[in-house]
Amino acid sequence: MSFYGLVDGSEKSLIHFLDQLSGVDQVGAEARAAMLATRSIKTSSKKWAIETAISMVDLTTLEGADTPGKVRALCSKAVRPDPTDPTVPSVGAVCVYNDMVEIARTHLDSIGGKHVPVAAVSTAFPSGRASMEVKIQDTQDAIDAGAAEIDMVIDRGAFLAGNYGLVFDEIVKIREVCGDKAHLKVIFETGELVTYDNVRKASYLAMLAGADFIKTSTGKVAPAATPPVVLVMLEAVRDFYSMTQRRIGVKPAGGIRTTKDAIKQLVLVNETAGPEWLTPDLFRIGASALLNDLLMQRMKMSDGYYASPNYVTID
Amino acid sequence: MTFEYAPAPESRSIVSIKPKYGHFINGSFVAGKKHFPTINPATEEILSHIALGGISDVDKAVMAAQKAYTKTWSKLSGKERGKYLYRIARILQERAREFAVLETLDNGKPIRETRDIDIPLVAAHFFYHAGWADKLDYAGLGHSPKAYGVAGQIIPWNFPLLMLAWKVAPALATGNTVVLKPAETTSLTALLFAEVCQQAELPDGVVNIVTGDGSTGSAIVNHPGVHKIAFTGSTDVGKKIARAIASTDKKATLELGGKGANIVFDDAPIDETVEGIVNGIFFNQGHVCCAGSRLIVQESVAEEIIEKLKVRMAKIRVGDPLDKNTDLGAINSKEQLVKIKELSAIGDVEGAERWSPQCNLSDKGFWFAPTIFTGVTQAHRIAQEEIFGPVLSVLTFRTPQEAMDKANNTPFGLSAGIWSEKGSRIFWASQHLKAGVIWANTFNKFDPASPFGGYKESGWGREGGKHGLAAYLKTGKETGAK
Repeated sequence: MSFYGLVDGSEKSLIHFLDQLSGVDQVGAEARAAMLATRSIKTSSKKWAIETAISMVDLTTLEGADTPGKVRALCSKAVRPDPTDPTVPSVGAVCVYNDMVEIARTHLDSIGGKHVPVAAVSTAFPSGRASMEVKIQDTQDAIDAGAAEIDMVIDRGAFLAGNYGLVFDEIVKIREVCGDKAHLKVIFETGELVTYDNVRKASYLAMLAGADFIKTSTGKVAPAATPPVVLVMLEAVRDFYSMTQRRIGVKPAGGIRTTKDAIKQLVLVNETAGPEWLTPDLFRIGASALLNDLLMQRMKMSDGYYASPNYVTID
Repeated sequence: MTFEYAPAPESRSIVSIKPKYGHFINGSFVAGKKHFPTINPATEEILSHIALGGISDVDKAVMAAQKAYTKTWSKLSGKERGKYLYRIARILQERAREFAVLETLDNGKPIRETRDIDIPLVAAHFFYHAGWADKLDYAGLGHSPKAYGVAGQIIPWNFPLLMLAWKVAPALATGNTVVLKPAETTSLTALLFAEVCQQAELPDGVVNIVTGDGSTGSAIVNHPGVHKIAFTGSTDVGKKIARAIASTDKKATLELGGKGANIVFDDAPIDETVEGIVNGIFFNQGHVCCAGSRLIVQESVAEEIIEKLKVRMAKIRVGDPLDKNTDLGAINSKEQLVKIKELSAIGDVEGAERWSPQCNLSDKGFWFAPTIFTGVTQAHRIAQEEIFGPVLSVLTFRTPQEAMDKANNTPFGLSAGIWSEKGSRIFWASQHLKAGVIWANTFNKFDPASPFGGYKESGWGREGGKHGLAAYLKTGKETGAK
């Protein structure tokens, strides 16, 4: 088999590929991300950024306490984030656990939200500690229930033990299960991979194995989508595009709660991967509380003052 | 769908610029006789008129400094001097935004740099040296080192207030008094600093500021009442100063030109290296004596580095220095712009390949797009002469030794950068480079605790850190102690 003509899928070819990647200097990467965080986004560009960010939100609920009622409420919010203003775009997707996919899909369809995809977290999310059979079944279940996007986790234990072949093979298998029915997002849990060198290696492993998106975190481990981590991933998709002419998406998730945080992410995208990535097809933000802050800031821009939080719906 | 950043200009209402300034002598502003205009290099707007100091102005300033030294400053304990320095540092922090806006207006450098780098470093230099003032006996310079008396200080236009801080803070901490001349095109923040001295109730005459041109500087250098010269500027002027003080007992520190080598090995962290190259040459429009103006890159990675560098350079935002999103501001003066254009034209004639990203440069003011020359060799003038602008010369090497040979093959020796993920190579290279400051996997980083200065024609002495104190203190037999 050939993966973009870059590796043959054997562990040897993977190690060879990863070894020739340039290292990441921690101090330099953090300094670059910090510098880009000083960009001042005002007036018309801020309005554009807020609306773009809304359309990129993967509105998420991933709790043991999720119920059908909670998921339906989330779906309503996803389709019409601001019920008083139809010009506000729907979010990028709703993101739920496997068993909630059908409830979400059915409800979205019934409220005029056919255009909003359902993303399911998969492969024994969040730890990924299960047999391959279970992971495949988990993914198949979600797709059968109507998930158009699969957010899988990599086996961080295998990655940290240096078993890159195992990590790669799992992604390839889940990619096969997804086929052309579902987009595949691959979650690294960067808070567990820790180093930027690891983040870069994981990015290439996932892209070579067929990921449509690379995603920072599950939201269950901190730190999650820090700006330097996202920077390193954006560099990876940019360079992968110049190798293969294929654009892979990036999804930071976890810890992005305010409009300011979201705009910083968009600046990172703009000045690293480039403006081509500023679309929900190639950039998503996994979040829950963020959406309401975006709506509050949007209202503030049009009305000139901060409204009471009661003017945005809680779900 | 594009993400255009709307203009985000910093308000200039925080600064009030007087139509005309005099000199600051003996604690108060005294009227000048002749004046010359100072402009905003981004717009050519006349900001104010600056006094042209003559021999008599310098004489008054030196007299005031001598008197202040004898009567007050030398009688204060180090602890008391330290209090004044702490006070100045705190006022500088409180008024940081005012200084940042004024510096940007007068110099043309982006507000992002004055706000995040220049002014915070200025305050840091005063804080750092305030701490030394009462600990000089423990600086490793022998028992009871003594001040020289009056320090004559001449500073450049590239980091106006920061160079003032580099000079004034150690001079005061070590117990000297000061006569300082800011650069002709950038006097305004020094004059605002004079107000800070008043606000801090620094004793009269401890800091005196005489504005003017080269003739004013020359009057300071040649004044018999000045015991120590501290100069930052071009190597040509530095040589003139060295000649002028030869056969006198004046001490001098000289921070002069450079042609810094930024050396990239094949195992460098590529993305951060590209950032470091950009920061090395385009920081402060390349108006940096220690700029990494020669990129010396291993041939096996040269193509990749240059390709990525061009992509990165296309993202550099050139424009209104007061806009918070500007990365590259205006060239400081018409004279400097002419010099940059001349040397770049020589690069073309000598057959190097010039490249710049598309930039919309304003008709008003002085602008030069970020530029790289590839295919440069040691035999090119643009590999030898300091351009002092946003122009990078790219050379290649085959072996580590060849990189060292090329890096050292220059009359200068101020700075160098090494990019490699291999620690042993970094240590090896740093031992072979003849440069006063060597950065590893970074560039243009400054800290008051770190001594700065050059080899060869890049200067004499060190500024900053413990080493910098020595330049302002008599030690051992010089003190007259037995």
